[in-house]
Amino acid sequence: MIVTERKPLEELAAMFAGEKGTYLVACSGCPVGHKTGDEASLAQLEADLKAQGVNVLGRTSIDFLCNKALVALRLMKVLEDVQSADSLLVSSCGIGVQAVGATVDKPVHPSMNTISMGGFQGLWPSEERCAQCGDCSLDLTGGICPVTFCSKSLLNGSCGGSDKGNCEVHKDVPCGWTLIYERLKKTGRLDQLSKLNLLKNRDLMRVKPEARKGSVWALELIEPEPEPQPEGKPA
Amino acid sequence: MKLSELFAQGKFVVTGEIGPPKGCHLGHLMHEAEEYLSRVDGINVTDLQAAAMRVGSLVTCKRLLEHGLNPVLQVVCRDRNRISLQSELLGAAEFGVDNVLCLTGDHNILGDHPDSMPVFDLDSVSLIRAGQTLMAGKDMAGNELEGDPPSLCLGCVVNPGADPVEPQIIKLKMKQDAGAHFCQTQAVYDVDVYKRFKDAVDKAGITMPIMGGLVMLKSAGMAKYMNRMVAGVFVPPNLVQRMTDTDDKPKTSIEITVELINGLKPYCEGIHIMSLGWDQYVPAVLEGAGLGR
Repeated sequence: MIVTERKPLEELAAMFAGEKGTYLVACSGCPVGHKTGDEASLAQLEADLKAQGVNVLGRTSIDFLCNKALVALRLMKVLEDVQSADSLLVSSCGIGVQAVGATVDKPVHPSMNTISMGGFQGLWPSEERCAQCGDCSLDLTGGICPVTFCSKSLLNGSCGGSDKGNCEVHKDVPCGWTLIYERLKKTGRLDQLSKLNLLKNRDLMRVKPEARKGSVWALELIEPEPEPQPEGKPA
Repeated sequence: MKLSELFAQGKFVVTGEIGPPKGCHLGHLMHEAEEYLSRVDGINVTDLQAAAMRVGSLVTCKRLLEHGLNPVLQVVCRDRNRISLQSELLGAAEFGVDNVLCLTGDHNILGDHPDSMPVFDLDSVSLIRAGQTLMAGKDMAGNELEGDPPSLCLGCVVNPGADPVEPQIIKLKMKQDAGAHFCQTQAVYDVDVYKRFKDAVDKAGITMPIMGGLVMLKSAGMAKYMNRMVAGVFVPPNLVQRMTDTDDKPKTSIEITVELINGLKPYCEGIHIMSLGWDQYVPAVLEGAGLGR
């Protein structure tokens, strides 16, 4: 299971500046198991955003957003809603956000940060990878992760070795930053690049001691039952 | 001497470049620099260029200072994390190295230790910002520095021939916004390409001084190799032909370099000459172009 946590509301609300409406696409795989993308959490997310003036046009849940074929198939069912939205808000790990971005020519906004769990890459991984950095910047990079698509994991644009869209390290591999540039250009959001100036907090990339305990880390471990409350005392 | 002071005086600034050797003897390099590069305003010292293990850039800069020359310390983000990079900038200030050129750095895989760990904790933009933070008296974690903060002139690089070039220009603007004082370009062999780049730079609101980069051609083979292997560098066929036809390669190379300087001069604030070991011909280039101290 990939562990996710919701981004702070302030960061989320700022992503929708200048947009008339967004459509929420949620993964009903890992985020449900981890209770960050279950029905109650999604309703809360929608309510919180509406309170901030963000127009959420509707939402759909798809089993495992890491499966691009399934994403394309299921979004066809809500095509009108998707087309009328300026962007898609994606409730999933970094792989799901990138998979939706690769499927639909719309800006994608991640609603969550993916917490380091040491390498699990979704159930149907395609070419997208998530470094589980705990500080997702896919909102600024056209839904393509610079940490995993750039050979140097550069955060603020390509290096001087990028050559006609290819990487200096492997000439037959695309330059991640050229992919980002092209996606942003295609979706009319090149101005996102001027907001970059990113610096990663590497501490968020380390697996926290509390995450090493319980079923999110090792499925065979059984999480302790909560202490029973004394009778008559509210929990 | 900070290059920014020279730009402020309206001077057309000229820099050269040396690459430290794979070994611990700098005598020969210092002799060459003293002999052939004493007339330039600054000498770049590459930082483990081409990702090959060598003696370090800061040590070599210190030696240049002892010989009365003005070094430009190149710093790449490949080999050190933010703790070590900030420490290097403080070390430069302590030695009196006034100029620091901030680069990403070639990937380890392209060098002679492909089995090593790449770092890239910072990139060229965040390294420039780190330099500015130190100059404001704090480190990146917000801790106060003891005593007077360092005072450095921070440079950056750009590749005018990159395809596509727009992302390069967007990133150059980010470097300016992060606090870069000047820029040196990758090698240019086509004045028209540079002019188009310069127009786009002006439109993007980039106002820092830009120095056109020139790599002296040593042979037609070298030109063809660069066309095949070096990102964003294109030597036009007529220059390759001239290097093929010539009986005197250094003479033709000097002529081409002087022509390029004269062509670029109206569109840039300085020239960065990368002689790649042909330091002995730099005085003739300066003479031909009427440049240098």
